Amino acid sequence: MPYYTLAELCIAAAAEAWRNDGEVLASGMGLLPRLAASLAKLTFNQALLMTDSECMLVAEPVPVGPRKIGSEPIFEGWMPYARTFDLLWGGRRHAMVGPVQIDRYGQSNISVVGDHARPKAAFLGVRGFPGNTINHANSMFVPTHSTRVFVPGEVDMVGGVGYNPARWPGGRKPAGLDLRIIVTDLAVLDFQGPDRQIRVTSLHPGASFEQVQENTGFPLARPDAIPTTAAPTDEQLDLIRRVLDPHDLRATVFKGDPPGDRAVKP
Amino acid sequence: MLDKRMTPAEIVGRLRDGMTIGIGGWATRRKPMALVREILRSPLRDLTVVSYGGPDVGLLCAAGKIRRLIFGFVSLDVLPLDAHFRAARQAGAIECTEYDEGMVLLGLRAAGMRLPFLPTRSGLATDVLRVNPGLKTVCSPYDDGEELLAVPAIDLDAALLHVTEADQLGNCVILSPDPFFDELFARAARECYLSCERLVPTEEICSREKARYNPFERSVVTGVVHIPYGAHPTASTPGYGIDVAHLKEYSDATGDAWPAYRAKYVDLADHAAYLATVGGAARLDAIPAPVF
Repeated sequence: MPYYTLAELCIAAAAEAWRNDGEVLASGMGLLPRLAASLAKLTFNQALLMTDSECMLVAEPVPVGPRKIGSEPIFEGWMPYARTFDLLWGGRRHAMVGPVQIDRYGQSNISVVGDHARPKAAFLGVRGFPGNTINHANSMFVPTHSTRVFVPGEVDMVGGVGYNPARWPGGRKPAGLDLRIIVTDLAVLDFQGPDRQIRVTSLHPGASFEQVQENTGFPLARPDAIPTTAAPTDEQLDLIRRVLDPHDLRATVFKGDPPGDRAVKP
Repeated sequence: MLDKRMTPAEIVGRLRDGMTIGIGGWATRRKPMALVREILRSPLRDLTVVSYGGPDVGLLCAAGKIRRLIFGFVSLDVLPLDAHFRAARQAGAIECTEYDEGMVLLGLRAAGMRLPFLPTRSGLATDVLRVNPGLKTVCSPYDDGEELLAVPAIDLDAALLHVTEADQLGNCVILSPDPFFDELFARAARECYLSCERLVPTEEICSREKARYNPFERSVVTGVVHIPYGAHPTASTPGYGIDVAHLKEYSDATGDAWPAYRAKYVDLADHAAYLATVGGAARLDAIPAPVF
């Protein structure tokens, strides 16, 4: 089996988020989710809509990093912010985001840590999280699986809606709420445990359920058998390395750019 | 003939303490930064600012001009977080009316439509309701009976926008790839002021081909000022890109380093002096477009 890094493993695992989505706008926020969405579009879901991360729809994913001067992508439409809201309110989108905190309900936070009026740490603000999570599918990427991210109780500022009936209007699940998967440096998780409990669906090579649970601030659902996260295929590795990320920016996602299989020496 | 030309000082001179000011553009794109620096040089205070925030919000925070901020985010894109906004927020120095980005859009649109609110699902089931206890919900009057968030109109006393071309009547075109929500800011405001890259005769402002880049009517515009490179250090494409090097210098200028930044880039006689300080037109023209 060819050598692959943890970043390449996570890109392939995160691409799965969009496998069965059909013709939705795939929005990968940040380097790794963007590469994952791009890989999905180049392989098993070519119907995905995608932008150049500015305001043009592109027929093929735009590689990350410096590009040859004059190498314009093939455009297939215009997607300024105003239209992005029109689209997302209609629900035909699946975003992958990187929250600062996530809780047992899948509620997410990129606003503040600490008290809202005088936070310990101020981040971006709720951005589009409230509207995104109540209107369309969302997945998440967490580069460091830890109890700082997967917090006990609730996140400090709920920006992204989760499976917490106490917060839903009239106690009814919002029709657009659809949390899919969470990809971390240790595992892939979803929301298909009992009562939407977060569940470990695969463990990265060398990671254990106990290790994942220990780094999570709430109890995780544990299936009887947990498969190992599938290694990227030769085709996927080629597309990632040669086409989508020729400058190896993905090497910066995880400290030291570790191997995907912890037992392997790079 | 109508002549809405003003100086930056005349525009800022029409603003008052405590006003609600909307600022156009988005994060590091097409921010009316020269007008923002003019506000920094003025005695204005206690402003409520509405913005898809970038260094406009950061500069106003650093100078203590903001009492309340209505926003969804503040970001420098290339640098995800604005250091001055963070410092002000973590010190509890500004009152934060934190909305979903789409709620800001709907609040501005409601104001422009002279409606008290517009309904949405965005914000429901989140802490946006907890931290903004004044927000109320409405029930659909139809059979579905759905409970929706009523985003209140965000009425602006003034809007400040930076456009590509304008004429002295207040007609304008925005030739950048994304017009963002400048149109909504213009309509939500009692008075709207434009800074422009090029001031052109009316016969050059529009054509059948350019008509789609004309975002709103001159009748919503109160004043126009010609400020080439007036969005620097944010981008105003076509023309010039984001000055990442300057944004880094700006970002590092917190705390003890702020007075030196302010003296060097803000407390200047006019925009021409600023332009010379940041390297002149030739340097700004040569800034490569950022890669996203």
